[in-house]
Amino acid sequence: MYVARNISADHKDLIHDVAFDFYGRRMATCSSDHSVQVWDINDKNEWHCTASWKTHSGSVWRVTWAHPEFGQVLASCSYDRMAAIWEEIAGSTTQSQRRQGHWIKRATLVDSRTSVTDVKFSPRCLGLKLATCSADGNVRIYEAPDLTDLTTWEIQDQIQTKLSCSCLSWNPSRLHPATIAVGSDNTNPAAGGKVQIYEHSENERKWNRTSMLMSITEAVHDIAYAPNLGRSYDVLAIATKDVVIMRFDKKDPAMIGPAPGRNTPVQLDHQGAQVWQISWNITGTILAASSDDGMVKLWKANYLDKWKCIQVLKGDGSSVAPLLMQPKEAARETRGSSLPEPSVDAGFMSSSSVESRVNLPFLHVWI
Amino acid sequence: MAMQRREIPEFIIPVSGSQDNLLSARWGQGLQLMVFSGNGKRRYMAGEADVAVNLDKPSVVHDVRWQTDMHYPATRKLAAQSHEIFTSLQKHTSDATDGTKKPQLVKFSRRYRVAMMECLEDLRKAASDMAEDEGDQETYKDMCQLYQQLELIWNLCEILYIENLPGGVILQQLLDWVKLHFTDADTLAARIISEGEINISKDYWSAVYIYVLQGRLAEARHLLSMNPETQHDVHGAYARIDELMRRMPVFSVFSRQSLAEFDLKWRNWQEICQQLLVDGVFVSYQPLETICRILAGQQDVLDQLQDLAGDWYQIMVTKLLYTNPMVKAVDLQYHAKSCMDKFRGSSRLLPLDQILLAALEYDVTQIIKISSSNLSNWWFVAHLADLLHHAGQLETHQLDFGATMREFLLLEYASTLMARESMWQIIIEYLEHCPVFGRHHLELFVEKIPLQSEKKAYKVLKICDEKNMDDQAQSICKVMGMRALQEKRLGTALTWCLRSQDASFATYLAEKFLTEYSLNGNFSNLDLIDNLGSSMLVSDRLTFLAKYRDFHRLYEEGEFAEAGELLLSLIEANLAPKQFMLILLTDALPLLELDVVVFSSKQTSQLLMCKENLLKWYQSEEYTREILPKKSKGHVELEKEKMELLQLGLSRNLSRALLEESVRT
Repeated sequence: MYVARNISADHKDLIHDVAFDFYGRRMATCSSDHSVQVWDINDKNEWHCTASWKTHSGSVWRVTWAHPEFGQVLASCSYDRMAAIWEEIAGSTTQSQRRQGHWIKRATLVDSRTSVTDVKFSPRCLGLKLATCSADGNVRIYEAPDLTDLTTWEIQDQIQTKLSCSCLSWNPSRLHPATIAVGSDNTNPAAGGKVQIYEHSENERKWNRTSMLMSITEAVHDIAYAPNLGRSYDVLAIATKDVVIMRFDKKDPAMIGPAPGRNTPVQLDHQGAQVWQISWNITGTILAASSDDGMVKLWKANYLDKWKCIQVLKGDGSSVAPLLMQPKEAARETRGSSLPEPSVDAGFMSSSSVESRVNLPFLHVWI
Repeated sequence: MAMQRREIPEFIIPVSGSQDNLLSARWGQGLQLMVFSGNGKRRYMAGEADVAVNLDKPSVVHDVRWQTDMHYPATRKLAAQSHEIFTSLQKHTSDATDGTKKPQLVKFSRRYRVAMMECLEDLRKAASDMAEDEGDQETYKDMCQLYQQLELIWNLCEILYIENLPGGVILQQLLDWVKLHFTDADTLAARIISEGEINISKDYWSAVYIYVLQGRLAEARHLLSMNPETQHDVHGAYARIDELMRRMPVFSVFSRQSLAEFDLKWRNWQEICQQLLVDGVFVSYQPLETICRILAGQQDVLDQLQDLAGDWYQIMVTKLLYTNPMVKAVDLQYHAKSCMDKFRGSSRLLPLDQILLAALEYDVTQIIKISSSNLSNWWFVAHLADLLHHAGQLETHQLDFGATMREFLLLEYASTLMARESMWQIIIEYLEHCPVFGRHHLELFVEKIPLQSEKKAYKVLKICDEKNMDDQAQSICKVMGMRALQEKRLGTALTWCLRSQDASFATYLAEKFLTEYSLNGNFSNLDLIDNLGSSMLVSDRLTFLAKYRDFHRLYEEGEFAEAGELLLSLIEANLAPKQFMLILLTDALPLLELDVVVFSSKQTSQLLMCKENLLKWYQSEEYTREILPKKSKGHVELEKEKMELLQLGLSRNLSRALLEESVRT
């Protein structure tokens, strides 16, 4: 049985990312309209926008929450070559600040010379670290040396991957040294494997590449380690042409590759379509993957580790008037004239509780 | 039996432009997805990197949740009740001996069924409650249907797997099963009787036939006796049929009758029925003839009464009753198949048919599999699998992964509850009873419980303590401490910090307290600081804070000598932040002004030394570059003045002390 609630966000352009906070009670959205919005859920399960502010001077690709141990902290990354750290502070706000809620910019990370394509906080056991990757192939790992002062971020390491980076993911496992998987959207199949895995060496105090997945030759758009709840191996999902699921044995952290038996990568079929975004549920048992055909497929492994698509989500296909594609400058003007800036309160409108219910008495859950 | 291939279900989201801009989804807590249209990466790849797109409508995010079955009032009650049964079942089976185990398990199974029935009753009420909106009513109706089916399946499983009586003669229980779930005859009979004068209608005979088909002969006889025709029963036909029904032998495991004895009696009785038909006793009483034909076990009469006989499984029970009353449980599957072939024909088997058939075939895995892929409900499979596991029925069936399956199902059930925040205590208990992965899920889950209040945080911490989850407990304390700090509640933050033993956070907070002191000249949260005890050792700065506070107390109490000594040791130990040094030294001033000499000449020299060090620091590059610019001019003046006062006070004290010391020697 499904319940769907529509929340009317105030973004004036495409939303690129939605991120839940650690408890799933707050949500941040980011958009090509350069802004980030923060939403809070109330006891009646309704979402309310509590802050909306301009964060960058370009499309904001990703937004992500730090663990609440470090406070209410967000990081965003953008086409404007920057990543930014935001912190929510308590206190009263003046009218002019109201749209921004209590979010203040703590730091701007300006090291990249090209678009910053992804930003992710490390698992909390590693402290407050942040990884970014950019279109010029650089992966940077930052660290906040003083947790009580988020204005200072030191670069711990900078890795040149030699391939334009599109996405990265921290291995959540605590038993492992810090590990990051980086995906590249380079479209040349001859350029080598499009997923590289880096591991931090405590002794050398640097990040080393431990493997390059040679079997992934198509452009990679998203990458995500599955939350590990007691499995003896790590699972990495890769969004490329179709989705590829890789298993890494804990005993041999190096790439297992297309070896025979249980370590063979599993291909989740999207009919060869490009898959752009993937997301694991919190127990790492269901993967949501969205592909070029406008569909989101939910994949689930059963207790014998066989993967199956259990559900498809689709738009209703009602195509609105074709979107206006305009050069940036022109767009700004039109925006100025035809779309007046919303009044101060517009950002605070509550979720319109348009609720559609679909009763599917025989929902497919498989074991 | 091969699983039928099903199409993958589709869920259509009313979103515009998903073709052009893609649909993306992010997981929330539990079974919740945020679905939105848009993906900039694609635009970026297309070389239109930062081209602005003006949407003519505001963008929409869809909060999609599913398997919300357990989130309605009626089912929430079921979740709570079944949780209670579940936990006492886990406790029970660990300390039960084999002899008492089975009857206890039957009791547990019945308790589950009672909970289901109650839930069903609540759902029925809600479905017909006009106060509910139409969409909800529809939902409740669907759920009624679902829970009816679930109860039917559960009951059959209870008979076959939990109760399984010795000897394997099972008919009586199957009759009870049918009687419990198919009550058409009762409804009809009640209506006919309530009308007062018995009207011999089609419904009347339908009720009688169904009673007979279900083997409920007492009810059938009662209804027949109300027929006005029995008053002038000249041919004695009614009396005859009544006699036949009254004398039908019934086998019961609890009677002392042997199977052979019963068999003999039964054959005799049915021969009489057949003889009466041959004799044509009921020829002019058509309905009575039909009844007698049922009793005589004639197959063709069932075809005629197909509308009343019910589904294939009901027909199977009827058939067995009048042709093979001593059927063994293990043979049921052959009868089931033949009835299904005969009465279902080639029409597609519904999931319910498949599940009941699997149950009769003793294929437990198949029951669980079909149920979980069709019934949209983890509650049922999780609890049933658990019960069967305790009855030892899950492992024996050619599975070495029976326990894995039970755990898998329990974990899935727990995760459907996760979206509902109030269920957290229930979820924890389920996770606890999953031996392999439960602990890991528990660790993840405990951290993810939203902590809206201190009270809730303490509740969760208590659970962490009970289950030895130190890492999680520490993280919770850190989260709470950070939140208190954000809200500028320093005392609370420190309390949480001490619980988590977080040294760097303690240092930070101690400094906050000291800054507060240097600004206002007094401490907040005095009772907390005064009672730090050994926990002050978490961080040097915190130790300093506590000791510094001690100094103030000693001074207030007039213990000047001790206060002076403590102050000196604090200054010497270098525990204080550099910026605090001047405050410490200034604290010595009143002691220098006293009539008695507190500091000896040696101590005074030490103080002077510290003062000189401080002066050096004031002239250092670090100070002039980083700290000086932040201070106001007045502040700097004041500091200078204090230094001069110190110099004066210390020199004077030195001479006084020297004098006094020389007098003493």
